[in-house]
Amino acid sequence: MDLSAILIDWLPFLVTGIIATLGLVLSALGVGFIIGLPAAIGQVYGSRPVAFLINVYIWFFRGLPLLVLLFLFYFGIFPAIGLGDVSPFVVGALVLGLHGGAYQAEIFRGAILSIDEGQMTAARSLGMSRTQAIRHIVLPQALLIALPGWSNEYPTVLTDTSVCYAIGVAELLTRASVIVSTEYIAMPIYLACAGLYLILNYAGMKALHLLERRVSVPGFESGSNWT
Amino acid sequence: MTTDDIILRVEGLHKSFGSTEVLKGVSFTVRKGETKVFIGPSGTGKSTLLRCINQLIVPDAGRVYLHGEEVTHAGAKINQYRAKIGMVFQNFNLFDHLTAVRNVEIALIKVKGMKENEAREKALFELRRVGMEDRADHYPAQLSGGQAQRVSIARALAMDPDVMLFDEPTSALDPELTGEVLEVIRSLARAGMTMLIVTHEMRFALSIADELLFMEHGRILESGSPAELATSPNFERTRQFAGRFAEL
Ligand SMILES: Nc1ncnc2c1ncn2[C@@H]1O[C@H](COP(=O)(O)OP(=O)(O)OP(=O)(O)O)[C@@H](O)[C@H]1O
Ligand SMILES: [Mg+2]
Repeated sequence: MDLSAILIDWLPFLVTGIIATLGLVLSALGVGFIIGLPAAIGQVYGSRPVAFLINVYIWFFRGLPLLVLLFLFYFGIFPAIGLGDVSPFVVGALVLGLHGGAYQAEIFRGAILSIDEGQMTAARSLGMSRTQAIRHIVLPQALLIALPGWSNEYPTVLTDTSVCYAIGVAELLTRASVIVSTEYIAMPIYLACAGLYLILNYAGMKALHLLERRVSVPGFESGSNWT
Repeated sequence: MTTDDIILRVEGLHKSFGSTEVLKGVSFTVRKGETKVFIGPSGTGKSTLLRCINQLIVPDAGRVYLHGEEVTHAGAKINQYRAKIGMVFQNFNLFDHLTAVRNVEIALIKVKGMKENEAREKALFELRRVGMEDRADHYPAQLSGGQAQRVSIARALAMDPDVMLFDEPTSALDPELTGEVLEVIRSLARAGMTMLIVTHEMRFALSIADELLFMEHGRILESGSPAELATSPNFERTRQFAGRFAEL
């Protein structure tokens, strides 16, 4: 069997890995957003104990290598709470989400803090409650400001997903390795794998850039020069 | 004149920041339709005074009454009082992510609970009043300073406030843009709006004030009608201060 035949044979198997990889990316960004935004709000507006707990969370998930987190959850925490047979994908998605949330919290916190305090003052002067002012005035602006930084998480998160290889999630890298160890040809397979990562990177960045353009508001131009 | 005419009563306001006493007992009453103008050197507590009135700054002592109801210690009800006290800031503080018309209508919807279309109509009406209807769909970043300030006045007016507070509304503007803002404020005075204005524009102050109040070191030092300024002994210190302004 020649090389191109092998590649064509395995291509569907490899490309299917994209599904798991994108699943991990979406989880890292989505779960990360669901955790990161409230975490940032809690840090800025919450009571001291709340802010403290959030700081501990951020410190933990930014302070540990992703691989260590993954092993800790997959071989330690999940079995310890009786969830030892949860699929590696779920563990990977959750860990990437928690990890991403910690980074996103920092992005959103910076964005919230960058908003002029006069915005809150004006909202309160009109009779809005603090919660209304945060929700209708501060957060929409913080999200606009955070978007370019948030988009920058995408390439990082995409490459991070490959760490899930270590617990056997059937994502791109894992599948590439399976092919390599079956066919004993490394270079073309890993090149194909690398090519797929780069395509995913490009497509995702393009999509995020379109999103940035779509929601752009005069005065909040992202200044990102990615095209 | 009856007490019914009194819209706002301020009694013995004190405020310290750390060890600095910024307000040292400020009292006055404001009648319906009256325009009071506060002048005085920088750092004497004029902004602090205005912010104590709507409790953006909580005073250490003293009371504020709006239509006889106490605004100080109002608890959660404070939001209802603030909705009746319009405020215009030196730096406009327009909501940067919203168009001019959204800026004006958002509190109508979120605070007053108005329906979207009703609020839109009201917002466009207020923008028309300040000559900004044709910029309704512009974002703050697309407005000149004078235009932004006029929108912020419309935003405050839309709440149908009992009294308007202006904190140096033209200080952040290029000189050629102050006129359009001052003209809007003049039109409000003519329409009978009750207003407290802090300004360094002496000519404007003299022309619009029913009462001129000179503040220094956290106190109202001198006060009276603009007509008295040139001659009355009530205004000796004020004249000394105002003498530095060429336009007098
Ligand atoms: N939040 C605050 N914390 C600490 N000090 C403050 C605060 N707000 C105001 N001050 C101080 O209180 C004093 C009075 O300030 P205020 O802004 O009321 O003066 P002002 O009369 O409005 O002056 P200007 O004409 O410059 O606007 C100043 O010395 C100021 O530094
Ligand atoms: Mg001031």
